[in-house]
Amino acid sequence: MERSIRFDLLAKRDINKETFVEPWPEAGLIVADSPYDPQPSISLEGGKIVEMDGKPRADFDTLDRFIVSHALALDVADAAMAIPSKEYARMLADINVPREDIARLIAGCTPAKLTDIIRHMNVLEMMMGLAKMRVRRMPANQAHVTNWREHPALLAADAAEAALRGFAEIETTVRVARFAPFNALAILIGAQTGRGGVLTQCSVEEALGLRLAMKGLTSYAETLSVYGTEMTFVDGDDTPWSKAFLASAYASRGVKIRFTSGTGSEALMGRAEQKSMLYLEARCLLVVKGAGSQGVQNGSISCIALPEALPGGVRAVLAENLLAAMLGLEVASGNDALASHSSIRKTAKLMLQFIPGADFIFSGYSAIPKRDNLFGGGNFDAEDFDDYNVLQRDMQVDGGVKPIREDEALDIRRKAARAIQAVYRELDFPVITDDEVAAATVAHSSDDMPERDILPDLEAADRFMASDSDFVAVMRALQRSGFSEVADKILEMGRQRIAADYLQPAAIFNTDFKVQSAINDPNDYTGPGSGYRPQGQRWQEMQAIPQAQPPTGFVDPHLAEPLSRLVEIGPAARGTGKEVVLALGPAYGRALGKTIGGLEHEEVLKAILSGVASEGAIARIVRVYHSSDCAAIGFVGARLSGSGIAIGLQSRGTAVIHQKDLAPLNNLELFPQSPSLTLATYQDIGVNAARYALGRSTVPVSVKIDNGARLRLIVKTALLHRRETDEICPDQAPVECLFAWEPD
Amino acid sequence: MREKPEQKYPLRDNAADDLRAFSERPLSDISAEAIAEGQLAADDLRTHADALRQQARIAREAGYPQLAGNLSRAAELTSLPNDELLKIYELLRPERATHEELARLADYLESTYGASENAAFIREAAETYRERNLLRR
Repeated sequence: MERSIRFDLLAKRDINKETFVEPWPEAGLIVADSPYDPQPSISLEGGKIVEMDGKPRADFDTLDRFIVSHALALDVADAAMAIPSKEYARMLADINVPREDIARLIAGCTPAKLTDIIRHMNVLEMMMGLAKMRVRRMPANQAHVTNWREHPALLAADAAEAALRGFAEIETTVRVARFAPFNALAILIGAQTGRGGVLTQCSVEEALGLRLAMKGLTSYAETLSVYGTEMTFVDGDDTPWSKAFLASAYASRGVKIRFTSGTGSEALMGRAEQKSMLYLEARCLLVVKGAGSQGVQNGSISCIALPEALPGGVRAVLAENLLAAMLGLEVASGNDALASHSSIRKTAKLMLQFIPGADFIFSGYSAIPKRDNLFGGGNFDAEDFDDYNVLQRDMQVDGGVKPIREDEALDIRRKAARAIQAVYRELDFPVITDDEVAAATVAHSSDDMPERDILPDLEAADRFMASDSDFVAVMRALQRSGFSEVADKILEMGRQRIAADYLQPAAIFNTDFKVQSAINDPNDYTGPGSGYRPQGQRWQEMQAIPQAQPPTGFVDPHLAEPLSRLVEIGPAARGTGKEVVLALGPAYGRALGKTIGGLEHEEVLKAILSGVASEGAIARIVRVYHSSDCAAIGFVGARLSGSGIAIGLQSRGTAVIHQKDLAPLNNLELFPQSPSLTLATYQDIGVNAARYALGRSTVPVSVKIDNGARLRLIVKTALLHRRETDEICPDQAPVECLFAWEPD
Repeated sequence: MREKPEQKYPLRDNAADDLRAFSERPLSDISAEAIAEGQLAADDLRTHADALRQQARIAREAGYPQLAGNLSRAAELTSLPNDELLKIYELLRPERATHEELARLADYLESTYGASENAAFIREAAETYRERNLLRR
């Protein structure tokens, strides 16, 4: 078959490593609006729901029963269901309708109604909705910190760096379940070393997770998974009641909880009952709300590739985030698993949560490289830190992190690694050597760490788990070994556990170790001039990427003393004969001494003059004072030139060959890509100008196209041009110059 | 005038003098010195039912009735030992318990710990499990 070179190239692009599939509702492979989704309805009799979404009470499954008993606000249900779905959609997108007004009514909406509202919304409207309905005013972010070696010093160091970068929560997990207490411990110590008040968790089996929390090793849990069909729920070995009880059990120990749901899980488990992913997610979210969870992580989570394989998948993922926020749940909005091979697609997907802001934009930004991530890899990882910081800076959007300097990172990593080393020593766990501390300080991944004998670690972890020893012992160990400051932070986490303020919706601790939740920082967005926007110190912090340079640094290396060989001798007159005028910008060889490409102005002059001379023509130099514009300089030169031909030359090196009868902004040849110009090119420019002057037929000088030059050098270009513009004397006529040099 | 929840919240800042640990030790006694001198045990850093009840009230007044219900059930569970919490969770999972076992569990929680909200919750689960075939066979 005939092959298009272009199609062949496209086939090799990252986007074409993805899988795309056509919808198949019968298998649950449809993100929204399955033909089998029920129509919204509700009937109440005697204060009891007797029918919901077309199903009579007798046919209610476990989820329906839980939803009608615990999730729906019966006092508003009739009124709420009577409002057309399109009206809700319009209210969600309307900045004039405050979140409370919508939330009050949404409390009475059934799963099918919630799904039906979304049908009327495009992604832009949903982003408006999320910005308004998010429960906490200020957005935040969560990090994943794991490594495949499960190295305690590396875990602590990475957690400390993540905390320093601004993540409000840090989640770890295990490759080997027996490591759970040690991984939780390393994250706890690392996080509190980096910044006091970062919430931490270790994602493991539910009962083990609760035991870790009871030991004070974790402060939140988000492993409480729910599913949208009864069979999937039971396959997950839970019921809404068991999950709700677990939530209360965690809360009874002062531990923040968040449920997990997300589109695609039911289809993945083969039990979608022909329903759309979004409808099933709406059921999940009502179970989550009914269970009394303060929040949820959704946004497809680890199943993300499944909705993304389908049309409208990324829209549906935003829709489920919005549904959760509409229900008054804290939203940790996914982005925690590899969403695409293509960096264009993964970033575009992120924007749907990043721009409106979520309580946690990522329910796990991989603060370690993907290959060390024991979850789904993270949509963004440690290698994207600088990109992410620049996205915040570009859009003045608070993505929940801040840029840090290398020396700060090294200091905090070293401190955390030493702290965990001390705790291991004090509690008689296997030794962490100084070499391991040193490696963890500079490491990027597990690959940079020395081998560690895991058997003694596992045995020590088992003993620690079985013993009564808990975070009190850890605090004492830190105090004894000179890490009282870290111990104090862990102690304050303990005090906060007693106050239980952080069990409220969307609670985090801010940089002053103060709780910030939907109670004391409720989202009040109602359009421009309201809601959260990064300003003042926070905006300064977001701007201050270490890569940002002071503007003067771009110009200073180009400043110079005037060229001693270039002397002004008086007003420039109109010439005669087949001469070429070389017209210089006002700063050329005076205030500035080098082109943007770093060529000395003196050398450039010599190259051009050599070129002119090689054709047997004569060159005359004039300086233009009244303009710094390249075309104007060239045009003035051309009108002074006996042949009508001139070369205009700016200080930054941009050149033009002009002719006096052309329009001022027209030219014979233009060389805008000054960074690419070499001395040989300038010589060729001289040659061509001479040939035009002599009336010879002339092939334009070929210059390589480098579209990246403008991207790299535009700041320098602007600032060098500004410097030249500073030298303009508006009333000064062109001046004749002598250059005390003769070509060979 | 009814006190607004924001006025009390966060308790850590606005009601610190009233806060106690599960052990009844006041928050002000929970210090680095107390840790260093070995005076603090696990129960001195455990949450007291009163704090959870206050948080439940704050949640309810702020428009989060389901969260309030959860925190209120959590307040009842503070007195249960860790192992019992884990056992009850296990019994509530699918096909772990008979209807009678769940009913007995509810009675036990109510009579031993005064945990009437949890008891009602478990009785409701037992009914649903019976109708949806989620009891142990």
